[in-house]
Amino acid sequence: MADASDPGAVRHCDASVEIADGRAIIRLTGHLDADTLAPLWGRVFRELRAGDGYTAIVVDGAGLDYCDGAGIGLFVELDREAKRRGVSIEFAGLTDGLSSLLDRALLADPTVEPDLDRGMSSIEHIGRATATILKDCHTLIAFVGELCATLAWAVTHPHQVRFREAFVIAEKAGVNAVPVVCLLGWLMGVIISFQSAAALRELGVESLIPTMLGIAMVRELGPLVTAIILAGRSGSAFAAELGTMKVTEEINALTTLGINPTRYLVAPRLLAAMAMTPLLSIFGTLSGLLGGYLVMASMGFSFTFYVNEIVRAVDSVDFLQGLFKAVVFAFLVTAVGCLKGLETRSGPGAVGDSTTRAVVAGIVLVIAVNGIFGVAFFYIGI
Amino acid sequence: MTTMPDMQKKPASSGGAEVIRVENFHAAFSGRTVIKDVNFTVNAGEIVVIAGGSGCGKSVTMKHMIGLFKPAGGRIFINGQNVEEARGEARRALLRSMGVMYQSGALFGSLTLLENVRVPLEEFTKLSADAMEAICLSKLKLVGLEKAADRLPSEISGGMQKRAAIARALALDPKIVFLDEPSAGLDPLMSAELDRLILDLRSLMGITFIVVTHELASIFTIADRCVVLDAARKTMVADDSPQNLLKHPDDPWIRSFFSRGEGDNTKPEAGA
Repeated sequence: MADASDPGAVRHCDASVEIADGRAIIRLTGHLDADTLAPLWGRVFRELRAGDGYTAIVVDGAGLDYCDGAGIGLFVELDREAKRRGVSIEFAGLTDGLSSLLDRALLADPTVEPDLDRGMSSIEHIGRATATILKDCHTLIAFVGELCATLAWAVTHPHQVRFREAFVIAEKAGVNAVPVVCLLGWLMGVIISFQSAAALRELGVESLIPTMLGIAMVRELGPLVTAIILAGRSGSAFAAELGTMKVTEEINALTTLGINPTRYLVAPRLLAAMAMTPLLSIFGTLSGLLGGYLVMASMGFSFTFYVNEIVRAVDSVDFLQGLFKAVVFAFLVTAVGCLKGLETRSGPGAVGDSTTRAVVAGIVLVIAVNGIFGVAFFYIGI
Repeated sequence: MTTMPDMQKKPASSGGAEVIRVENFHAAFSGRTVIKDVNFTVNAGEIVVIAGGSGCGKSVTMKHMIGLFKPAGGRIFINGQNVEEARGEARRALLRSMGVMYQSGALFGSLTLLENVRVPLEEFTKLSADAMEAICLSKLKLVGLEKAADRLPSEISGGMQKRAAIARALALDPKIVFLDEPSAGLDPLMSAELDRLILDLRSLMGITFIVVTHELASIFTIADRCVVLDAARKTMVADDSPQNLLKHPDDPWIRSFFSRGEGDNTKPEAGA
């Protein structure tokens, strides 16, 4: 019953199910492996279940000239089927080696269904997803509270803050992000101005573009685009760095060295991001306004007119509002990135999962909070 | 806050005072029991190995002992302090009294070996930079790594990383050191070298070691006592010297485990 010396040869396996004398006899002949098993698996069980009036299943493998683990899988499932139906099962005609292998593979209690096969209903899915979201919200709120306490500690214990680490992170998260923030801000300015110009020109009010763009970039888009880039670049990096440290037990090592991981690892990242994001937001906003001027210049408006219109439309409250948003967004993106990193589980895909969650959650959170700010500022009247 | 009754008064089997007591310890995650009914004590200066097959809860037990997880049941005392209840200064004192080497080494990847060893000194002492550097170099010399002090963990071998992790664990001269699978992934010569290092450190500095391993060669070389956990029964099945466990009168599985599965390999039923 050994073979398979020619991997290119076409193999066949046949199975017949015959019910006679109160027994269901399954005769297997030929070469039984994963390729030949696939077409006959369904037929064997269909015919077995269609039959009636038998109290024993006999699996006759005398006609097999080869059988591997796939065949053993068939025998194990036949054994489970027999136990489910309450009939006996006998394996006949198997070689000693195959019998021995089958003895090791047969389940101790074939009637027990593994948890893995248990499907969840859609309601259970929704319930579990809701519970997960609520738990995530609870964890995030608790972590934000811990970060607020960490910031207070950093203010009261500045000599214990790892500023060297914070400067390195500030360079990575801030300085290195300037080109991409400027590019995206500039493109946003060009696109918004260009798209709105067509509509406003029909009404003869294209001169309102600087007013519209100025308010949009300073109050909304500058901080928002910067925060989204921060989530994509730095939030993911924070999650990956801390996630890797979690997997390699460095976080555990810090804990048993008496070092608070939040103060040691998260505080420098938080301070760096909160210091650099407002600056990045200013760069992004200015780039967007320059992009807007490109469109205005193409329509014959002067630079002086453009600047005057913006200065007239945007006041210091708008500017401070944008900066405030940038600081809050930096806090949230860093919080989510670090939290997802610290929550990393074990396994080869764990760090990747944490990084993905950090970016998605960071962006969703920033946009949601931006909406809340919009409503809040409207009612406050600023 | 619970303290261990009659601490320091109880005579220790090895001559030292009792420093660790594990009482009816039970570990569970998401409601699933990993290990239960674990009871043992460790005396000062002893080398106690927590042994057992893969997945029996050796590392989990150690991580509970160092306070990373809260037990589902039972209590763990170190130096008379209930680990679970230690807060503030008590916890800080507890952490300072012990050193830990993790299975992966867990060296901080962005720091050199010297900086890694310096981390606990910076956290717990107010020594000058020169003093810290001298201490770090002496610890690295103990493990034969003084010439690699300025190298990053990624630039050295797995065996060197483990030795550097031991140096870091020794930075504050702890009286108790926990080692999680110190010889995992090492060749036999490197493994034997680590065993010698553990024995030397015990004799030179009087350190108490709790070592998690299933390497029989290491167990027979270093262990005064061996706490054996069994994955099938999810409990502790023995606490004795390796030599006695080899001829354990009651449990064929233990005899089989300590004779590397040769001869008697009759495994008792779960719950037996």
